[in-house]
Amino acid sequence: MKILELKQITKSFGNVLANDRVDLEVEKGQIHCILGENGAGKTTLMKILFGLYALDRGSILLNGKPVTIQSPSKAIDLGIGMIHQNFMLVDRLSVAENIIAGCEPKKGMFLDLMKAKRDVENLSEEYGLRLDPEARVEDISVGEQQRVEILKVLYRNAHILILDEPTAVLTPQEVDDLFTILRKLKSDGKTIIFITHKLKETMAVSDQITVLRDGKREGTVKTSETNPHELAKMMVGRDVILRVEKKEKPPGKIIFQTRNLFATNPISHRRLKDINLTIREGEIVGIAGVEGNGQLELEEVLMGLRDIDKGEIVLNNINITKMSVAKRRELKMVHIPSDRLKRGLIRSQDVEKNLLLGLEWNRAFSRRGILSQSAIREYSHRVIDAFDIRCASSKEQVDSLSGGNQQKVIIGRELSRDPTIIIAAQPTRGIDIGAIEYIHRILLQMRDENRGILLISAELDELMSLCDRIGVIYEGEIIAEGSNFTYEELGLLMAGEKKERSQRVEEI
Amino acid sequence: MRKSNLINKIKQLIGFSDLVYSLVAIILALLMGALLIFLSGYDVTQAYLSFFDGAFGSFYNMGQTLLKMIPLIFTGLAVAVGFKSGLFNIGGEGQLYWGAFATAIVAIVFPDVNGVVLIPLSLFAGAMAGGVWGMIPGYLKAKTGAHEVVTTIMMNYIGILATTFLLRNYFKEPGPIDQTPLIPKAARLAELIPFTRLTWAIFLGIAIIILFDLFFKKTSLGYNLQAVGENAAAAEYAGINSKRMIVISMFLGGLAAGLAGSTMVLGVLHRFITNFSPGYGFVGIAVAVLGRNRPYGVLLSALLFGALEAGGISMQLFAKIPMDLMTIVQGLVILFVAAPSLIQIVYGPRKKRQILFDH
Repeated sequence: MKILELKQITKSFGNVLANDRVDLEVEKGQIHCILGENGAGKTTLMKILFGLYALDRGSILLNGKPVTIQSPSKAIDLGIGMIHQNFMLVDRLSVAENIIAGCEPKKGMFLDLMKAKRDVENLSEEYGLRLDPEARVEDISVGEQQRVEILKVLYRNAHILILDEPTAVLTPQEVDDLFTILRKLKSDGKTIIFITHKLKETMAVSDQITVLRDGKREGTVKTSETNPHELAKMMVGRDVILRVEKKEKPPGKIIFQTRNLFATNPISHRRLKDINLTIREGEIVGIAGVEGNGQLELEEVLMGLRDIDKGEIVLNNINITKMSVAKRRELKMVHIPSDRLKRGLIRSQDVEKNLLLGLEWNRAFSRRGILSQSAIREYSHRVIDAFDIRCASSKEQVDSLSGGNQQKVIIGRELSRDPTIIIAAQPTRGIDIGAIEYIHRILLQMRDENRGILLISAELDELMSLCDRIGVIYEGEIIAEGSNFTYEELGLLMAGEKKERSQRVEEI
Repeated sequence: MRKSNLINKIKQLIGFSDLVYSLVAIILALLMGALLIFLSGYDVTQAYLSFFDGAFGSFYNMGQTLLKMIPLIFTGLAVAVGFKSGLFNIGGEGQLYWGAFATAIVAIVFPDVNGVVLIPLSLFAGAMAGGVWGMIPGYLKAKTGAHEVVTTIMMNYIGILATTFLLRNYFKEPGPIDQTPLIPKAARLAELIPFTRLTWAIFLGIAIIILFDLFFKKTSLGYNLQAVGENAAAAEYAGINSKRMIVISMFLGGLAAGLAGSTMVLGVLHRFITNFSPGYGFVGIAVAVLGRNRPYGVLLSALLFGALEAGGISMQLFAKIPMDLMTIVQGLVILFVAAPSLIQIVYGPRKKRQILFDH
């Protein structure tokens, strides 16, 4: 039985058609995946369903009856709940308080906290969502916070749950737990709409899949009747090589090393503890870890963007510990920053000016401080061609490029500098499959050209297919390092489980 | 050059949508001003007629508008340069006083030097004095993190009082007024239109605008300053020394503001007088905001503020309508520029383009 039907949903923002006559039919009691690349219109569609956006054209049928959903509260009344990508919780309040906020049980004019606690306990019992109702939200893990969000929706009697990219912040084990929960909810008769761009998850958890591309529905398929390859093709519109070919190749001499590196982030109070990294020529060294375990600090410390407490950084036998960012860059260290919008780009400037960033005093582009427009233009065109940056012209503002192309601007700028060491942090986060494939290829090419690469990533597939060695960072410490971890081992290590038998650092 | 070509060029120079935006703000402010004039019991038509006549009605009146515009070009630029690199330079007033003082002193100390040397020399002294005075808060910010808004405001008081102190104790002309003796004739700028006091300082202003525009567009240093202003984290990432850029930016801003004082002394006052500025340094903030911190935008908005000033005086003189009403219009212009949502109500809801798709 169809519980929900979206018909010919159309929504545009200015000149951009975010949803173009999209149809969606969801069966009751199923897990339905909405699969698509970033910018395909998945979230827009769901925000329309949840009453956050008004639709331009089209209709929504709930249990066969047409409905208008003009606000989230209307959606909740109709039994539709949404679990957003960024949690909307009050850190200082308890789990129970967060769940009841907005529809609190009352005793007279007072809040009935005891009943709230009981309600939450019953609810978490019923759906097998283990939670301590009295714990403060700031003290629980991200996976548990997500459960709070789910309970919040269930508490409001939702029977259709929309989850927007729910796995982005989770460890592999937490993802498994989430899937168990979703299956339990399904067996209780709930209907789940699951938005994602990850093929593996789609295959693992869903019953049906609707693929969106460029705001249009590409097709709906039964999960049992499809495979990742076909889905990737539907998403991207062409054949995609999911696995990259990596040449066997012995690494060369050591070119980059950190010794007993300690650092503190005074704002988040995160620390780096005793980091010993070694990168050889022609080697990709991976750093795996759940975000927020010191990756940002590590990346910044290596580039000189953050002070260290003690330790040493050595590049090609030169001690660069005290060198400025500019000096390190002169020594051919380049950096693909994890926060590309904050660090990597000047969004209000055009592609040319962004490719020039850091090279504005280079003799090729500047004579006595006067910029040579023609040299810059010519160089930009070369980089745009070489790195396949899709832009209307080199004068196009970077802000109007897609995420993947913005990332290619950064990568093109950095990798065109003939680097010795490449610090690549989350280089494929939030970009489309086509661009990911491209970036993977170019990183391997850099490796084959005997450059050293440090790849900091949260994507295990990426690390396992690209890296020669992987270290796992947990709470600012590299807790394990080796070259043949399994997926499960990495997952456990990322969650902080130090295994006795894990290959402990082959320190030099 | 074909006409459309010319228009495109202008669009590029000023930023077309910003220009439309600013124009709408000005029109709205004039309409509100009309309402206020009406409510105050004056004849709106007569008021605006004498206003436009005073601002643009004759060669002489145009001259008055341009004259009022000159210091605002410099102080507007002083603020715009700061904004370009992410700094809020409210210290224009103090920098202007130092510029005026240094220029006057140099001109007085070398009375026998030929004007060809003396004028550039005293302009240079004024620019440097303003620049150094601006550089101090820049240095404090780079070294200690002291916020430039606080320090530049403080430096205004110090600058105005310090020049007054030096004047009274060392350079005062005998008499009841705190002023220096007149500067030698050789140092005075020549008038373009007789009896208007409009001198070729206007060309200096335009030249400075062109220079700053080229500086930001075509030089490595200009690029660095803008990078720091538009995304400090990215500038740091690229290895740009943002502390040095802060000091340089404040120096350049101070230099421009200093020239406002210099041109006042050499072209209009012909001496340094305490408290001579009616707040040019502060009006410069408004000029920069209306001009969207672009050099050519500053030029146009300085022209508008000059016209409001000149027209306002004539309105008061001939239509007997208090000049304060034009000051209110100035305020309204800023209000409308600074409060985009207010304009959008009138201008129609502009379609939002940067909407969240996935992410």
